[in-house]
Amino acid sequence: MPDPVISIRGLRKSYGDIEAVRGIDLDVQPGEIFAFLGPNGAGKTTTVEILEGYRKRGGGEVTVLGEDPEKAGRAWRERIGIVLQSGRLDPYLTVRESLDLYAGYYSEPRPVDEVIELVGLEGKAEARASVLSGGQQRRLDVGMALIGDPELLFLDEPTTGFDPSARRHAWDTIAGLRDLGKTVFLTTHYMDEAQRLADRVTIIARGEVVVQGTLENLGDRESRPATVSFRLPDGVAASELPGQVAAVDGGATVSLSTTTPVATLNELTGWAIERGLDLEGLEVTRPTLEDIYLSLTAEASE
Amino acid sequence: MSGLALVAHQFRYDQKTFWRNPAAVFFTVAFPVILLLIFATVFGDQTVDVNGGVETTTYYVPAIITLSVISATMQSLAMSLVIAREDGRLKRSRGTPMPPRVFIAGRIGNSIVVALLMLALIAAIGRVLYGVALPWERLPAILVTLVAGAAAFCCLGIALTAAIPSQDAAAPIVNALLLPLYFLSGVFIPDDQLPSGVIHFADVFPVRHFFEAFFNAYVPAGAGGSGLEWGNLALLAAWGVAGLFLAVRFFRWTPRAG
Repeated sequence: MPDPVISIRGLRKSYGDIEAVRGIDLDVQPGEIFAFLGPNGAGKTTTVEILEGYRKRGGGEVTVLGEDPEKAGRAWRERIGIVLQSGRLDPYLTVRESLDLYAGYYSEPRPVDEVIELVGLEGKAEARASVLSGGQQRRLDVGMALIGDPELLFLDEPTTGFDPSARRHAWDTIAGLRDLGKTVFLTTHYMDEAQRLADRVTIIARGEVVVQGTLENLGDRESRPATVSFRLPDGVAASELPGQVAAVDGGATVSLSTTTPVATLNELTGWAIERGLDLEGLEVTRPTLEDIYLSLTAEASE
Repeated sequence: MSGLALVAHQFRYDQKTFWRNPAAVFFTVAFPVILLLIFATVFGDQTVDVNGGVETTTYYVPAIITLSVISATMQSLAMSLVIAREDGRLKRSRGTPMPPRVFIAGRIGNSIVVALLMLALIAAIGRVLYGVALPWERLPAILVTLVAGAAAFCCLGIALTAAIPSQDAAAPIVNALLLPLYFLSGVFIPDDQLPSGVIHFADVFPVRHFFEAFFNAYVPAGAGGSGLEWGNLALLAAWGVAGLFLAVRFFRWTPRAG
C-alpha cells in the first residue's frame, strides 16, 4: 500500500480549558475523496487548520504529503490547494484575473482556460467575482485552489448555504476531481454530501472520532434494526396484531423495529392473508446514513 | 516566478483592484482635490506668515499633497488590509506558496505609486489653477521626502490594522486618528493661526514632521539649500521603524471577527 497522503496519530488541541480535539487518528489514501464529518463545534475546522498549516497542534503526530505542516515551506504549499469555509473573493477581479493572479503564485500552474472549464465557468470568464452567484463564487474558489495543480485539496464545507441546484453543481465539480487523480479532504456537516462524494468517511463529535469506514459498512449499517411500517387496517386494534409485533404502539401507522425483517414480514403477512386484510403502505426500511450519523453524534454528545 | 517578477505580478493586480474600487479612488484621489479647491476658494486671497510669507494657495498645495500621501499609504492600506483580512482573503493567500513579504511589498509599492501620482496631480492643479510654481530644482528633495514619508506611513498603516477589530471599525478608527492630526499639524489650518502649544503637541506625531519636511522641500524659506529637513525626516523614520516593528509583531492574516 502506498504511503498515506495524510496521517494523523493522537492529535490534540486545546483552547484554554476547552479541549477542541481529543486524540484523533486517521489516514487518507492517495486519490480518494475523504469526508470528515461532524456537527458544528466537533473540532473539524481546528483539525483541518492544523493539517493546512494554519494552526499549531497541541500534541500528537501529523504528516501531510510526507511533511509536518507546522514546518513545511513553499515547496509543500505548491502541492496543496485550500478552499476555506467562508472565504470571499476579490470583488473587483474577474474570474480570469482571479485565476491568473493565483497562477502567478505557483511554479507550474495549470492553464487558466483549462481551470475555467474544469469548474464550469466558461460563460463567466470575464465577469467580476462580485456579480457571480454564491455557487459560481464557490466554483471560482475551487478553481483558485486547483490552479497550482495540487496533489491534495482541502475543501471546508464547500456547499454550506447553497440552494439545491447550486449544491448539485458544486458536487459535480468535486466529483470530477477524482478523475484528475487528486486526493480530496472534504469537511462537511451534511451526510448526503459525504454519501454523494466520498470513498471513506470519518465522523467526529466532541473532538473524538466516533466512527470511520466506507459508506457501506458505516456504523454497522447492515446489522442495525430495520423498520417495518404499515397503516393499521380499519376495525383492527393494535393488540390484535400477531405476537412479535403486537407490542408496537398504536395509531394510524404502525412501525416496528426488527433485527429479523424476513421473519417479521412472514408472520405479519400470514396473519393479514388469513383475515383477508390488506396492509396499506407496507414498507421495510433500513436506517439511512443520515439516521446513523444523527444517532452516532447524538450518543457522543450525551 | 522569481521574487521580483512575483512582486511585479502582485503589484499589477493591486493596481487593478485599487482603480476599480470606487471608495478607494474617491477618498484617495478625488477627495484631496476637492479639499484643495475648497481651501483655495475660501482662503484664496490671504497670505500665511510662514517661510517669509506665502500665499494661501501656495501653502495648501504641499499641505494637500501631504494629506494625499498619508491617505494613499496609511489610510488606504489600513482599510484595504482589514477588509481583505476579515473577508478571509489574506488567510487564503497565506495558503499558497506566495511568500508573505511579496504580498506586502506589492501593497506598499501600490501605495507609493499612488502617492507619486497624487504629487503630480496636486502639483499640476496648483500650477494651472493657482499659479503655484513647480519646484523642479528641488525635485530630488521632494521625492526623497515623499518616499520616506510614504514608507513610514505604510508601516504605520500596516501596524494599525492590528488595532482594528472589524471592517466596520476601519474607517472610524483611521479617521479618528488622522483628522485631528491634520487640523493640529497645520495641514488644514495654516501654521500662523495655530497656538504654539498646539504645534508642540502635534510635534509628537508623525503627521506634523512629514508636513514640515515636505512643506520646506516644496516652499523653502530662502534660496539655496537642498530642501531636505533632516531633523523631521529622522523623526519620521523613527515612527516608521516603530510601525514596522509593531507590524511585524502584531499583523495577522486570519479574520478577527467570526
